[in-house]
Amino acid sequence: MKKLQIVITVIAAAVALIGCGQSGSGGGAEVKIGHVGPLTGSIAHLGKDNENGARLAIEEANAAKTKIDGKEVKFVFVPEDDQADPKVGTTVAQKLVDAKVAGVVGHLNSGTSIPASPIYNQAGIPVISGSATNPKLTEQGFKTQFRVVGRDDQQGPAIASYLATNNKPQTVAVIDDATAYGEGIANEVEKTLKAAKITVLPREKGTDKTTDWKAILTKLRGRNPDAVFYGGMDATGGPLMKQGRELGIKAVFAFGDGACTDDMAKFAGEAAEGLLCSQAGLPPQAADKKFLDAYKKRFNADPIIYSPFTYDAANLLIAAMQKANSTDPKKYLPEVAKIDFNGVTGKIAFDSKGDRKDAEMTIFTMKGGKIGPVAVIKGGKTVSWSEFLKK
Amino acid sequence: MDTFLQQLVNGLTAGSVYAVVALGYTMVYGIIQLINFAHGEVVMIGAMVAFTIINLLVPTGLPPFAIVLIGTGCAVPVCMLVGYSVERLAYRPLRHAPRLAPLITAIGVSIILQHLALMVWSRNVLAFPQIIKSQTYFIGGAGITTVQIAILAICLTLMASLAILVYRTPLGTAMRATAQNAQVAGLMGIDVNRVIAITFVIGAGLGAVAGVLFGTYYGIAQYTMGSVLGLKAFSAAVLGGIGNIPGAMLGGVLLGLVEALGAGYIGDFSDLCQWGVPLQACEGGGHFILMGSNYQDVFAFIVLILVLVIRPQGLLGERVGDRS
Repeated sequence: MKKLQIVITVIAAAVALIGCGQSGSGGGAEVKIGHVGPLTGSIAHLGKDNENGARLAIEEANAAKTKIDGKEVKFVFVPEDDQADPKVGTTVAQKLVDAKVAGVVGHLNSGTSIPASPIYNQAGIPVISGSATNPKLTEQGFKTQFRVVGRDDQQGPAIASYLATNNKPQTVAVIDDATAYGEGIANEVEKTLKAAKITVLPREKGTDKTTDWKAILTKLRGRNPDAVFYGGMDATGGPLMKQGRELGIKAVFAFGDGACTDDMAKFAGEAAEGLLCSQAGLPPQAADKKFLDAYKKRFNADPIIYSPFTYDAANLLIAAMQKANSTDPKKYLPEVAKIDFNGVTGKIAFDSKGDRKDAEMTIFTMKGGKIGPVAVIKGGKTVSWSEFLKK
Repeated sequence: MDTFLQQLVNGLTAGSVYAVVALGYTMVYGIIQLINFAHGEVVMIGAMVAFTIINLLVPTGLPPFAIVLIGTGCAVPVCMLVGYSVERLAYRPLRHAPRLAPLITAIGVSIILQHLALMVWSRNVLAFPQIIKSQTYFIGGAGITTVQIAILAICLTLMASLAILVYRTPLGTAMRATAQNAQVAGLMGIDVNRVIAITFVIGAGLGAVAGVLFGTYYGIAQYTMGSVLGLKAFSAAVLGGIGNIPGAMLGGVLLGLVEALGAGYIGDFSDLCQWGVPLQACEGGGHFILMGSNYQDVFAFIVLILVLVIRPQGLLGERVGDRS
């Protein structure tokens, strides 16, 4: 009996040692790339879309037998779920750092990206978000933090100035969902509207789980705004717009990118017709045709919003590794910072903060249950969509 | 005035749904002194089943009201079955255990049901098919939609029929007798287990209808929707006096009104500038709002705390201290 015990102990120890050897040394052949986004909760569909973008990039890199420093490399995709929860976001970030990933694509939300960013920074691991738009993310001075999408202080002014010049409202009500993203974009919208001498009603707030907006909307109805802006996601923005129309509010409803999806038509029904919304960057339809076909073929669905950006982010990490001839984060990080990359969302280069230079903003409107682009704003200039396509 | 009337309409609609859910809590508590925390999940399952059935039936081109009716007709028996199984499997074996044991079991059942729903209906927020054209009628400046009218009518009917069932039928008498003293009721020839099971089944059926109403009203359903709705309804039941059926109805409606009026007016009320507090933010007609309408969900729980402190037996409840 005693003998058996010793034998088992030895075997167990040996297995443990082998296990360590495999995950510890790495051998240069396997490179892990992490992705973080919410795969559970109310915006799990967006999280999955982001993950698909990065996954596609990595599968393609593997299929193309990408070589770094002359050696063929196998990229391993490590997807994680941060549940759109800041606390879980930091846990997952630490988990990826401990797993020795070479780079990270994500997180989806600003609220999870910001607390996670110091963890990646301390480990020296480059992290590129394809969708976190809160300005604070890149204002913290972390050399490892990048984003390939525009910022709220570019997106907020874009939708606000479009609203101001196209709809000419006198009074605008601004609502947010009390998240870092919602508040951030609502603040920027308010700033731009006030600068355009438009009256902005005192801010109303819900939460990212609010279903009943009637109390707030009833109060706003009494003040007769010409437009309502909501900084938040589609799962809350849809009911908001539906309830607003039920209460007889005739104002224009405008949203940020979180509620700039076709799903708005599902959540709000016919009430969603005519909404205005903005997306940082260009619509998925404007992404490279080859990407769209590949995505459709692989996942049997169309990209929702940000998958072209996460696709670019993952490819950009790989491109930087190839330039540096190394998969060591410390060695290839400088290459990320000075990269000049042609992605499916256009040319990507970063400024000193890690923000994308010259990010485009697109304005959409809902027609017949689908959102369609109406204008593109770049460098403060508004170009209508039909003119943009001609170029 | 328009605004106030509208807030009343909003509050009444939400409140009557709370009331129907609260009935499920209060009936079960009344009869076996158990807070059935899984009740919120039964409501959620009701909404989800109806969601599936309605989605299946939309392409058939049946009239919208018939589709919703069939959806509800399927949700009710499913929830009744869930309610019965939960009672039979999770609570009956613990009938004579210390009171903490069934309470913990209730929380466990709630988590299990939530995760079963997650597996079946995914984690996404589901958009309830909006097939009923919601028309808004304006009465004295307050808009009321067809869906709201339907909700009020259905909830009133349900509450009235339950009151008749409990106070005017032999089954109701058996239920009240079991609630007063299960042992003596048993000696009088009442099948106590059967009566308790029926109570669970009726509560679950009411919950199913409430779930469908909630889904059609707000247009969304998600596997987590039961927890907050359940907690609010529980607060409503405590407000009215837990164990007391008219109390749950009153508590639900009051809670809905408190929420709507609270969320509608707290922002203005807590605006320090309005009270003449000299703040920098107030200059030039600015505002400094302490608590915004995002505190809406908090009102239910403030009410719960106040009731527990000031009048633990609730508005219509009797003192039940001797029972615990």
